Amino acid sequence: MDLEFGPEYDDFKKEVQEFCKEYSNAIITSGGDKKFEMHDALSGNSNAKKGKIVNRSDWQRLLIEKGYFARSIPKEYGGFGGEPDIIKSRIIANEFSKYKVPSGMGGQGIDMLVPTLLEWGTEEQKQKYIKSTLHGETIWCQGYSEPNAGSDLANLQTKGELVNGNWVINGQKIWTSTAQFSQMMFCLIRTEPNASKHAGISFILIPMDTPGIEIRPLVDMTLKAGFNEVFFDNVTVPEENLVAKRGEGWSVANSVLGHERGSLANPNATMNRLNSLINLMKEETIDGRRLIDVPSYRDRLLQIQGKVMAVQAHSLRLLSSKINPNQNVKLGGMIQKLVGTELRHELEGLAIDVMGELGTLYEDDPNVRDGGSWQFTYMYFLGLIIGGGTNQIQKNIISERGLGMPREPKVTVEV
Amino acid sequence: MYFGLSEEQEFFHDNVKKFLLDNASIDEIRKIANGDDNSIQKDILQGIVNLGVNSLLVPEEYGGLGTELLHAVSISQALGGGVGPVPFLGSYVMAPLALSLGGNENQKKVYLPKIVSNEIRFGVGLSEFIGAREDAGLEINKNKVSGRALFVIDAENADKIILSTKAGVLFLVDASDKNLKINKLITVDKTRTFHELVLKNVDCEILEQSIENIEIVKKVVDAGRIILAADTLGASESMIEKAVAYSKERKQFNRTIGSFQAVKHMCAEMAADLEPCYSLVWQAAHSFDKDSSEESRLLACQVKSHLSEIGKSISKKATEVHGGMGFTDLLGLHYWFKRIGLNRQILGAPEIVREEAAEIQGFNQ
Ligand SMILES: Cc1cc2nc3c(=O)[nH]c(=O)nc-3n(C[C@H](O)[C@H](O)[C@H](O)COP(=O)(O)OP(=O)(O)OC[C@H]3O[C@@H](n4cnc5c(N)ncnc54)[C@H](O)[C@@H]3O)c2cc1C
Repeated sequence: MDLEFGPEYDDFKKEVQEFCKEYSNAIITSGGDKKFEMHDALSGNSNAKKGKIVNRSDWQRLLIEKGYFARSIPKEYGGFGGEPDIIKSRIIANEFSKYKVPSGMGGQGIDMLVPTLLEWGTEEQKQKYIKSTLHGETIWCQGYSEPNAGSDLANLQTKGELVNGNWVINGQKIWTSTAQFSQMMFCLIRTEPNASKHAGISFILIPMDTPGIEIRPLVDMTLKAGFNEVFFDNVTVPEENLVAKRGEGWSVANSVLGHERGSLANPNATMNRLNSLINLMKEETIDGRRLIDVPSYRDRLLQIQGKVMAVQAHSLRLLSSKINPNQNVKLGGMIQKLVGTELRHELEGLAIDVMGELGTLYEDDPNVRDGGSWQFTYMYFLGLIIGGGTNQIQKNIISERGLGMPREPKVTVEV
Repeated sequence: MYFGLSEEQEFFHDNVKKFLLDNASIDEIRKIANGDDNSIQKDILQGIVNLGVNSLLVPEEYGGLGTELLHAVSISQALGGGVGPVPFLGSYVMAPLALSLGGNENQKKVYLPKIVSNEIRFGVGLSEFIGAREDAGLEINKNKVSGRALFVIDAENADKIILSTKAGVLFLVDASDKNLKINKLITVDKTRTFHELVLKNVDCEILEQSIENIEIVKKVVDAGRIILAADTLGASESMIEKAVAYSKERKQFNRTIGSFQAVKHMCAEMAADLEPCYSLVWQAAHSFDKDSSEESRLLACQVKSHLSEIGKSISKKATEVHGGMGFTDLLGLHYWFKRIGLNRQILGAPEIVREEAAEIQGFNQ
């Protein structure tokens, strides 16, 4: 056991700390831009105290320039161009969290599309898309799910036909987060109708202003975030918008699903929320008594703290397994989405419980605590328990691939 | 940076695990539990001692191996995994720590080498320091102790017992003292022993460093809690392995029960609950080894409480996966269930240690 990163990282850590002190509790303005709400909800910094005010795109540029974002992505694609160094990335994440410095942008473009293109894209695709995505100029949405293809994603039916060097696309996607703010969609399309279920799918990039696309917003239970239905009526995009080969879409999508699942439940953000909850319980009272002095509330707080400490320690073990490749944590990686999202939902729910009736206040109510973030995030994480592969599907994966239990019978009956 | 057990710790762990697999089968555990054959238990203990388990936490200058607590954690995982029917927590973890932290030079010189040579074995009783039940409690008057101690750990056939006053003063008594009565307690867990001690003016030897320093007994308790958490970790791991293996064999409705999603999800939940526990247990031990900060005390409390909760849930679900067979004495799964159940209560039940965790963080000011 050695939790030291080693003296060679001391200077780097100092440098990051200097930066963090300067931008501690900084407020990043997005001019009320709704597309960043997902990011803000996940970062866990909702009730930060006031620090410097920085415009979001300037912030993004600064972070990349310093190497605190897109660190190992080559310069030619708009990244910092540093050697991949997991420890440095970790130091950045830790210090940012400790000093409450807002992190860079997230979202499906940065978390999923960029790694996909780095792995599978052509040189032209990398040149064309990665830089503007990293700088927040191109926002992406993920067009995977369809009305009849949710957990059974490979059942998707939206069709693409190659006609005179163009893909002509017809069909419908659903639950598409941020589609209404996005410039681009990465999409799974059935292009090989005669191939088997999984082998008939291709990964295609679609500009959202292409004629024939109709976006219908779906309000979600938070009334704040929202996703969409997206309809395609003879939507025509150039042949070169295909990523990887025809019929490889399933492999392409699977290769980066892990990125999404890891990013849904960041332990540092969970720890920040726990600290906010502790502060809340010290400040709020019932019958003049601090909430933290009510034994039953306190005990529930301590139980959650134990879980948060466990996932924090666990993230160190996972980090260690990346640095020491012969360390086997296969099962340890598979459980992250399940454990992380359930824990966060539980934590946010406890804040509501200890506030009692006050915990039900929402939106612009003058008495609402922390801008309504507890209710919002409580519901939001229920969404994440369902999205990104439901937690029941996660349990299938853990038991089948992790514990070697028999596979689910594959029901492929068409009705 | 490396987060995990070292190769040497893994090696020790695997040795103990293998030794128990070879020498402490369910049949043997059952004989011990039924009190049928005392010689088996002696042989197993001798085997464990031959592996060097008694010397782990004795500092090198007194002839021991001077390892870190994390090392003892790896052993404890193995013992929990195989429901090892041997003294460990009291005799080989808390006793050497109490002596090396609390003893004066002379006491260390006298006792520590004898733990290594296996000439003396200690029991340890700290339940009343943590929370006295009934009228239990000990008082020292002119080097004589009177009172009652419950749930003394590893006192069976021990030569000396280490006890504490409520104020955290640690002291030794002779197990053979005629003013000392030792009664075996009948608990659900027959793989380890717990005793009641009744003392009337028993001679005692105070561990000098502990007189003015309550931190010493706290540190010993922290170690004990981490070791218990590790025992539950190992026992839970075994229960999951057994449940998964059984689910792949047992058939109902012409299918292996492991193909039923209800069963698969129970197993996945157990695995998802337990995976982060390895990390928490190892981090708590590492933190214990590095310093005595509040952070390390907090981890010791939280690891005890968290593993108690996770262990309780896993021991229930793993039993359910076995159906009626899980409920039988024949299968012996209940030895793990009961061991986990006992670990939960000893040295502070979850609610008690969580209150301590709150205090450590200054929540109740
Ligand atoms: C907040 C949010 C954001 C989302 N964003 C996007 C997005 O941007 N792009 C996108 O493409 N999709 C998105 N999704 C869709 C998401 O991926 C799907 O909702 C999810 O995969 C579940 O599919 P479904 O809704 O059709 O539910 P269903 O698949 O119909 O599932 C319903 C219930 O049945 C259970 N179930 C289904 N199959 C099994 C099985 N084999 N074993 C056990 N239980 C099963 C599920 O666990 C669930 O409880 C989002 C969803 C949410 C909630």
